[in-house]
Amino acid sequence: MKASSTKSAAAGRQAYSLPDERGHFGEYGGIFVAETLMQPLVELREAYERYRNDPDFVREIDSDAATFVGRPSPLYLAKRWSERLGGARIYLKREDLNHTGAHKINNTVGQALLARRMGKTRIIAETGAGQHGVATATVAARFGLKCIVYMGSVDIERQAINVFRMKLLGAEVVPVESGSKTLKDALNEAMRDWVTNVEDTFYIIGSVAGPHPYPAMVRDFQSVIGRETREQIMVQEGRLPDALVACVGGGSNAMGLFYPFIDDADVELHGVEAAGEGLDSGHHAAPLCAGQPGVLHGSRSYLLETADGQIIEAHSVSAGLDYPGVGPEHSWLKDSGRAKYVGITDDEALAAFHDLTRTEGIMPALESAHALAYAATLAPKMGRNGIIVVNLSGRGDKDIHTVAKIEGITV
Amino acid sequence: MSQIAQTFEVLRKQGRKALVPFITAGDPQPDITVPLMHALVEAGADIIELGVPFSDPMADGPVIQRASERALKNNVNLHQVLQMVKEFRTNNTHTPVVLMGYLNPVEIMGYATFAKAAGAAGVDGVLTVDIPPEESAELSQALRDAHIDQIFLLAPTSTTERINLIADVGSGFVYYVSLRGVTGATHLDVAAVKDQLQAIRTRTTLPVGVGFGINSPETAAAVASVADAVVVGSALVNRIGDLAEEREKIMTEVPGFLATLRGAMDQVGAAA
Repeated sequence: MKASSTKSAAAGRQAYSLPDERGHFGEYGGIFVAETLMQPLVELREAYERYRNDPDFVREIDSDAATFVGRPSPLYLAKRWSERLGGARIYLKREDLNHTGAHKINNTVGQALLARRMGKTRIIAETGAGQHGVATATVAARFGLKCIVYMGSVDIERQAINVFRMKLLGAEVVPVESGSKTLKDALNEAMRDWVTNVEDTFYIIGSVAGPHPYPAMVRDFQSVIGRETREQIMVQEGRLPDALVACVGGGSNAMGLFYPFIDDADVELHGVEAAGEGLDSGHHAAPLCAGQPGVLHGSRSYLLETADGQIIEAHSVSAGLDYPGVGPEHSWLKDSGRAKYVGITDDEALAAFHDLTRTEGIMPALESAHALAYAATLAPKMGRNGIIVVNLSGRGDKDIHTVAKIEGITV
Repeated sequence: MSQIAQTFEVLRKQGRKALVPFITAGDPQPDITVPLMHALVEAGADIIELGVPFSDPMADGPVIQRASERALKNNVNLHQVLQMVKEFRTNNTHTPVVLMGYLNPVEIMGYATFAKAAGAAGVDGVLTVDIPPEESAELSQALRDAHIDQIFLLAPTSTTERINLIADVGSGFVYYVSLRGVTGATHLDVAAVKDQLQAIRTRTTLPVGVGFGINSPETAAAVASVADAVVVGSALVNRIGDLAEEREKIMTEVPGFLATLRGAMDQVGAAA
């Protein structure tokens, strides 16, 4: 099968056209930053608008997707698992097979190529678990760009292997000691760096969050996932799926899968947030399920916040979902009813992690295990003619220490 | 004419420049803020910027981040900050107070509720760092209804188009961020600031304050020679942080430092 290219996506005109030109998805999104960043964001938006339709740039992305990332990623029918669940056929979109082991690289390749076109020589990024940091360090090495990754000091301790990985790739990892010393604070610090060094620096945001144009741009770079899925499911099943399921932290793998299907009203979209110890426990990472709208990190979206408007730290067994905000487009999709958002607890995700590993020989990332856990509840309700596609956004090797620790095993 | 506009008018007639100290409300303890505001006025402050603590102060350097963290440890919220302004007003009705902070605490209170409460407490101006004019129509209306000036930032990266936009919607004064960076940076190029201020002044009649990077009597005097107001934040907040355990020293040393800036600025004014 041939790679679904950016070109073929451009051909599929969508009726859905958000965000508007000021970056709004309904009342969400927008640009909420200090004045110093307003003009740099205009420049970024103009550059992105120019290059996204430039055949040369599109070719460059397609070529790297094929030869560096390893696209297209397979759409795999999890036959034994589906049969055991006794309902719909579940397909897995194998983003775990991408270079660096997750969907994150789709976005970092795109943004790094854009950075190069804009003449920027220095790349900065924030990272929580380290996956986006690794994906950024990887493309920085590939393109010969200087790379600085901001990471909360708490996360640095929790994710020592990814820190070393980034350093091996030539990146400088800067510990962030402010606030809760986790992902949200790393994002604040990266923004501060960008304000200071905006002249030569490109900020690669890792999710569909941040000020406009980031949510739309990251979605576009990730939507190769959904475009390939469309083509592949048509070949394999001859029709579109009944439901798409993806985990949502910031929400980039979910937007990447959902976006090319937004106009297909018959395709259900299910976003799965991390319910941590339970949505009622106060220890979760589920702003869409149990938060309220507010403004953080440059856009308006659902957030975890106190009654005073202070941001609350998120909790999840999966570091990649551990974020108190969510992409603004998900907020819009929730309010408009186009997508449904649910929570899956740590325990449920861990069970799905084991289940898929033993049944299919595929070890999912704990993030993706949230989506799997929900698909497992959905499949039996759908009957054997149903088709579900789950975005297997990353591989689970990175999580084996977490899983071992929880289960009291010394590796 | 607003209290802020009147203050600038009086200073202009005296040939003096406004000195605008910034402190974070509730740092390091909630009960020091009002007495410290009075002490800053005695030391020569013309307008006070009162920081509303926020968990994620994206535009601030480490000094003001830590001030926010100290205040949040005391659970200082926007309601309490307004209460502090109200208390300040029982002994001072003339020194304008500008609230400076981030949008989310305001958003969760509701724009109209906030504006009304701020007006009632005696707030004269509001500067919300992370709301550009493009997103501000509703908040701007609420503030206008409550007769509160809305102060916007201008930056070295602001284009002519953006300067015009901010000149249109801003009131009270405009706050020129003297460098590309966060609060508390140390390098300030007065010559570059002077050029930028000339560009700004051709597009607005609002007074122009300059902040970010002013940390000594010398820089304050140099900035006073080109701007209408000198905003000093991190240099004060840094001292507050260092003296967090020594309340008496905060009450003497912080206003004491401000007085040295006042002295240096007034010499420029006298010479001019």
